[in-house]
Amino acid sequence: MMMSKIVRTMTHLLVPLTFIYSVYLIMHGHLTPGGGFQGGGVFASAVALLIVAFGSQNIHKSLKEHHLSILESSGALIFIGLAFGGLAAVFFYNFLTGSSIFGRIPPTGSNPGDIWTGGVIPLMNFAVGLKVIAGLSAILLTMALATSLKEVEE
Amino acid sequence: MIESGILHIIIPVLLVVCALLVAIFKDLIAAAITLAVFSLLLALEFYLLQAPDVAIAEAGVGAAITVAIYILAIRATKRT
Repeated sequence: MMMSKIVRTMTHLLVPLTFIYSVYLIMHGHLTPGGGFQGGGVFASAVALLIVAFGSQNIHKSLKEHHLSILESSGALIFIGLAFGGLAAVFFYNFLTGSSIFGRIPPTGSNPGDIWTGGVIPLMNFAVGLKVIAGLSAILLTMALATSLKEVEE
Repeated sequence: MIESGILHIIIPVLLVVCALLVAIFKDLIAAAITLAVFSLLLALEFYLLQAPDVAIAEAGVGAAITVAIYILAIRATKRT
């Protein structure tokens, strides 16, 4: 069931902005308010907007539950893999400190923030964001599909 | 700071009003929309209490996703 042309046009305008904002929240999670869970929640709210505007049957053509399941499991595996990656020293050791990727030492005092800091924390934010995006989108898609199937039966 | 002090009184009062309206409304869609307003006011209150991290989570998950799930569930019910 698709909604009116006004709603669909506004969805076309708003969904890319929401996706970019959610990726910004995940990428800058170690510097500004936000992080994996918040960015994933914002992303899933954009998916909710898509489902409401275009109908769950149309969204289900391009967004399958088993793909989301693979994404969610890979997020958890990346998180655990990064945690085991520092096992040479200790579990959850920040082994990227000092390296060229995300390894710079942050400057002291008030500063605008350097994104290449934090070690494995930004990568773990990405993993958590992937898992939350896939999990919440799968919940929304399953709820929408279940309720729309009941409409068809009646 | 005075405006912030007034807001710290107004927003909790509006939160209580919204919570009472959620319980009073007989129309389920109206109750769900009032719950979204409740979540947005709660996110504003978290922001005023210097917790922007919690405010983003509350606005994203509380106002958007739970209300979307409630409305999707209400869609499967019938009005008698």
